[in-house]
Amino acid sequence: MKRVMSGTTGPVLIVLAVLLVVWYAAATLMNASWQTRLYERAGKTDVPLTQYLGDLWSQSKPLLPAPHQIVVEVYANTFAPIVGCWTAADPGKVDRLTCTGAQIVRQFAVSKRSFLYHAGITLTATLLGFAFGTVLGLLLAVMIIHIEAMNRSLMPWIIASQTVPILAIAPMLVVGLNAVGVTGLVPKALISTYLSFFPVVVGMVKGLRSPDQMQLDLMHTYSATRTQIFTKLRWPASMPFLFASMKVGVAIALIGALVAELTNTAAGGLGVRLLTGSYNGQTITLWAVLLMAATLAAILVIGVGIAERIVLRRMGQGA
Amino acid sequence: MAETRPAVVSAKGLGLTFETNDGPVHALSDVNLEIEKGEFVSFIGPSGCGKTTFLRVIADLEQPTAGEITVNGMTPDEARRKRAYGYVFQAPALYPWRTIARNIALPLEVMGFARQEQARRIRETLEMVNLTGFENKYPWQLSGGMQQRASIARALAFDADLLLMDEPFGALDEIVRDHLNSQLLELWARTSKTIAFVTHSIPEAVYLSTKIVVMSPRPGRVTDVIASTLPLERPLDIRETPEFLEIAHRVREGLRAGHSYEDAV
Repeated sequence: MKRVMSGTTGPVLIVLAVLLVVWYAAATLMNASWQTRLYERAGKTDVPLTQYLGDLWSQSKPLLPAPHQIVVEVYANTFAPIVGCWTAADPGKVDRLTCTGAQIVRQFAVSKRSFLYHAGITLTATLLGFAFGTVLGLLLAVMIIHIEAMNRSLMPWIIASQTVPILAIAPMLVVGLNAVGVTGLVPKALISTYLSFFPVVVGMVKGLRSPDQMQLDLMHTYSATRTQIFTKLRWPASMPFLFASMKVGVAIALIGALVAELTNTAAGGLGVRLLTGSYNGQTITLWAVLLMAATLAAILVIGVGIAERIVLRRMGQGA
Repeated sequence: MAETRPAVVSAKGLGLTFETNDGPVHALSDVNLEIEKGEFVSFIGPSGCGKTTFLRVIADLEQPTAGEITVNGMTPDEARRKRAYGYVFQAPALYPWRTIARNIALPLEVMGFARQEQARRIRETLEMVNLTGFENKYPWQLSGGMQQRASIARALAFDADLLLMDEPFGALDEIVRDHLNSQLLELWARTSKTIAFVTHSIPEAVYLSTKIVVMSPRPGRVTDVIASTLPLERPLDIRETPEFLEIAHRVREGLRAGHSYEDAV
């Protein structure tokens, strides 16, 4: 017990447990009046508590779905068809390799209901936009550091860019780019770029300026060039800042991709599933897509974290 | 020291005034000084006397506002471009993402030494400061004294004849400091470099130097230049001899004459 609690696993699990309890309680309270109406219509009275809760937590369009309903919905729209293939192929012998190979591809390519298919679309736009955004952020930071005119003029505009609601920018950008013949993935990715370059600029301006005066003086005594000062001092010194920025950047790149998808419902993506879910009042689907998006964001942030640990360890700062 | 040796550093009427919001600060005023080749010159005085500033002027890290200074007969800027000196700061200033060997390689990389030559110099300088075997350690894995030795190795690596040291052992405890002082003297004897050494410790200045420059604040100026009569071979217990105490006394007198004690309290 002590060992479990000493890390982060134990505390996180406890928080999760508390969340679940609160969630079930909230689901009970919020869906109770509708359940009462349903019973009235059916003329049922004196329903036992177990049945009452069972009915309450399995409504088809609840105000607030119970956690297990969301999990079941996610499973039904992701792995269920694939697992189904395992059992259907040959009950006696499960050949996972051929099965997953063929079936997963079909999952992605054919079934537009699958969350995996939509998550793939969103992920592609997110990663492309994040890559653009990181490069753009780095370029801006390098310019701000090295060119005094940029240093004085650029930052207020960069900050101003983030005060514009992304929901207003997204359709204009997509329509505008459409008019000049840029369609498909790139406009969506650019919305992600628009959001994700910001933390990278702010973080890297700070990171590239993080070397202290003594470290800079040292380079000066060697008559180092600006390029050498950058590659040998500023850049390595800024690595912790870069990864902190990228963690924020990748998460908001995903938000950008979701918002961008709302502008073109034909192209698919988790954003589109959110939109159709809300049009049709499918609360369970809505929550399930949210869970998918949150999981995707978590995976992306953890991925950046892993890259960070590898890089910092190679720089002697791993622990 | 009858024979005239070429001056490595020569300052004439050197002055440096910082303009601050509280009015001008005279960090250096009318400093006339020659440092000859092969000398070990210490600069001593209370804080604010301009000893570090003078070192930074030699290194072209500060620009004088009056007078003239030459380093190896050139302006400090030219001397810096010719990599005439190695500078050791108050803190080791090692780059934490580089191993000790890669830290020493830093100036060599900047100056474009070949890989093989880099490796040879790293090996030699590490041996000089007794850090052989610590090549692949990161700075945080070393004690403060070892880190400062590594930073000295880094300053030695590219064969500058002049070593500028700004209170390099100021942050270390006295036992480590004694040890490093005697190592530094050995190093100086082996390499016949010229060393300019800033300190605020009288015993350290007397123990190390062939010439002690006593400085005084407000304005920062030289109040006395004392040539040491101690032999070049100096065991640590030389510090208990009457000759040593005599020189230390003169230094203290010089500091008193510059009102250093009143100002410092």
